[in-house]
Amino acid sequence: MSWNDLINVLPELYLTGSICVLLLFDAFAGARYRNAMHWLSMLVLIVTALLVVAAQRVGPATAFSGMYINDALAGLLKLFSILAVALVFVFASPYLRMRKLAAGEFHTLALFALLGIMMLVSAGNLVMIYLGLEMLTLSSYALVALDRDSPRATEAAMKYFVLGAMASGLLLYGMSMIYGATGTLSLAGIGATLPMSPHYMLAVFGVVFVLAGIAFKFGAAPFHMWLPDVYEGSPTAVTLFVASAPKLAAVGMALRLLDLGGGLHPLFPYWQDMLAVLAVASLAIGSLVAIVQSNLKRMLAYSTIGHMGYLLIGLCAGTSFGAAASVFYAIAYVLMSTAAFGVILALARTGFEADQIEDLRGLNQRSPWLAGLMALAMFSLAGVPPLFGFWAKLLVLQAAIQANLLWLAIVGAVAAIISLFYYLRVVKVMYFDSPAEDRTLIATSDASLRWVLSLNALALLALGVFQGPLLDWCLRGITG
Amino acid sequence: MSIELLAFYFFAFFAVLGALLVISLRNPVHAVLSLVLTFFSMASIWMLLRAEFLALVLIVVYVGAVMVLFLFVVMMLDIKVAAAREGFIRYLPVGIGVAAVMLAEMVALLGVRAMHVAPPPSAAVMGGQANVVWIGRALYTEYLLPFELAAMILTVGIVAAVALTLRRRPGVRHQDAARQVAVSAHERVRLVSMPAERGGNGAQP
Repeated sequence: MSWNDLINVLPELYLTGSICVLLLFDAFAGARYRNAMHWLSMLVLIVTALLVVAAQRVGPATAFSGMYINDALAGLLKLFSILAVALVFVFASPYLRMRKLAAGEFHTLALFALLGIMMLVSAGNLVMIYLGLEMLTLSSYALVALDRDSPRATEAAMKYFVLGAMASGLLLYGMSMIYGATGTLSLAGIGATLPMSPHYMLAVFGVVFVLAGIAFKFGAAPFHMWLPDVYEGSPTAVTLFVASAPKLAAVGMALRLLDLGGGLHPLFPYWQDMLAVLAVASLAIGSLVAIVQSNLKRMLAYSTIGHMGYLLIGLCAGTSFGAAASVFYAIAYVLMSTAAFGVILALARTGFEADQIEDLRGLNQRSPWLAGLMALAMFSLAGVPPLFGFWAKLLVLQAAIQANLLWLAIVGAVAAIISLFYYLRVVKVMYFDSPAEDRTLIATSDASLRWVLSLNALALLALGVFQGPLLDWCLRGITG
Repeated sequence: MSIELLAFYFFAFFAVLGALLVISLRNPVHAVLSLVLTFFSMASIWMLLRAEFLALVLIVVYVGAVMVLFLFVVMMLDIKVAAAREGFIRYLPVGIGVAAVMLAEMVALLGVRAMHVAPPPSAAVMGGQANVVWIGRALYTEYLLPFELAAMILTVGIVAAVALTLRRRPGVRHQDAARQVAVSAHERVRLVSMPAERGGNGAQP
């Protein structure tokens, strides 16, 4: 360990220290300072983001004997993960106050999860990938179960925990096979020794298990069973978290393991087909099953499965353009889902979750601004030009065509047309149905939620029109 | 067949047998005890691989501490096992079928010979040092970052456990150790002078 190592991991070190301080603050400050917890967490996020930017100047470099990689991709994913967690904190704050959920634990667990994400996207070793992932998922299980009095949340947490533990076991089993075939845990070392390894088939087996683990974390079919239950069962504030930053971590993990020249890239012909199957299954389930959902959170869960299908198409291509397209897609998805769940959170109040599609009836007459933001999010999720979601879809399909996967691009385009139906249904309910008499939709009065949500939704439009710089940034992240 | 290989098959047989018993025994206490058997057999296999430190740690930590704790928990819980196992027989054939196909595939692809693991590192490779030294050196140099990250994961575990179980309910009788210690003699016993009672049991005049 040298000074150089410490400078590279400074953002993570700072985050770890602040989490410990926040834990003590929450334990001793008492309930009067709950709002202080929110603002302190935001401060920690801002400083961490600044440190990430500063650490980028030192890189690209590796630290702790190759365990930790500080490169442009890690910086990009970290910055957007921090942004996503900050959005979650802003959107969740009124909800947590109304539901009297443990706000202190929500903040510390989310920051722990962020630490896991940051370690995961910087991992240069199988051990680091596994530990970062466990840190992220362990915090997520606890977050889902945070509303202890709700049986739905407990059931969702239990399902998530059992299936997640199983997936972690599969991932670890695959990693042990890869270690058996190559004799090293370092991703760079695996990439170097794999082509000459006498136990090539053993590594192929390992890839199958590793892919199962990755697909579970993405929520790609057929490993998607946990996703609808977790989205529907957990408190909306937690759903927002689960739907945002962890997707960036998943794409980071997949790129470190499969792509970027090292890792399992020598086995590309094997995992390309497997990923294509996962992508097609996710697209089919995501676009077809979402049609029959009446619960908005559940519908968005199936839409997530579909979106993960597109993301996998980008990875399937195996080119650096494809990898950049899937990173771009992950960022787009995160911003779209925070906007959609943000609207649900802005409408929720005590005793009313606003999580049924019917609940949004006539939203335009009650609150035209919120209805407009929701429509923007829905159009973007559906991939209507010129919004952000459209460019994301276009790029992954373009990457697939460039890699001679025309059939995959066609499947993606068909799925996009089918899924248009259920996104447009939400818009129709908001604009053309008359509001229910028994229930009045009241938009939140929380000023920071209103402003940040508006910025978030308008960013979908702005990034759609000016998508160039972000795409360049993604490409720079991949090519280094 | 060398004596090492014989010993391996012996221990591996009991490890697999124990694992099977864990999931098939009806009595949870018996299941935990078979898990102890599995751990012990695994420790023996590690001993064969000359990983003495790990083998001993497995026995001391898992068998000695974790499994005993497990046993306490299982004995304290009132588990109705029969209800949870109703579907077991119905799903058994399918499960066995899937497992058999997977096994056949693995054996066919890898070939039985390829499954032989590389021989354990000999004393010469280890530089004549005990493997505690090697593990310690690797943990605190090359694997320092994962080691510290694992420590943070344990912290997450504690935070999650406290967040999910600690409830501050009003009206619960707590023991306040500070007040117990600070109590003085006259708060504890109150001497009341009462007039002596006349008569008593069996003292009829």
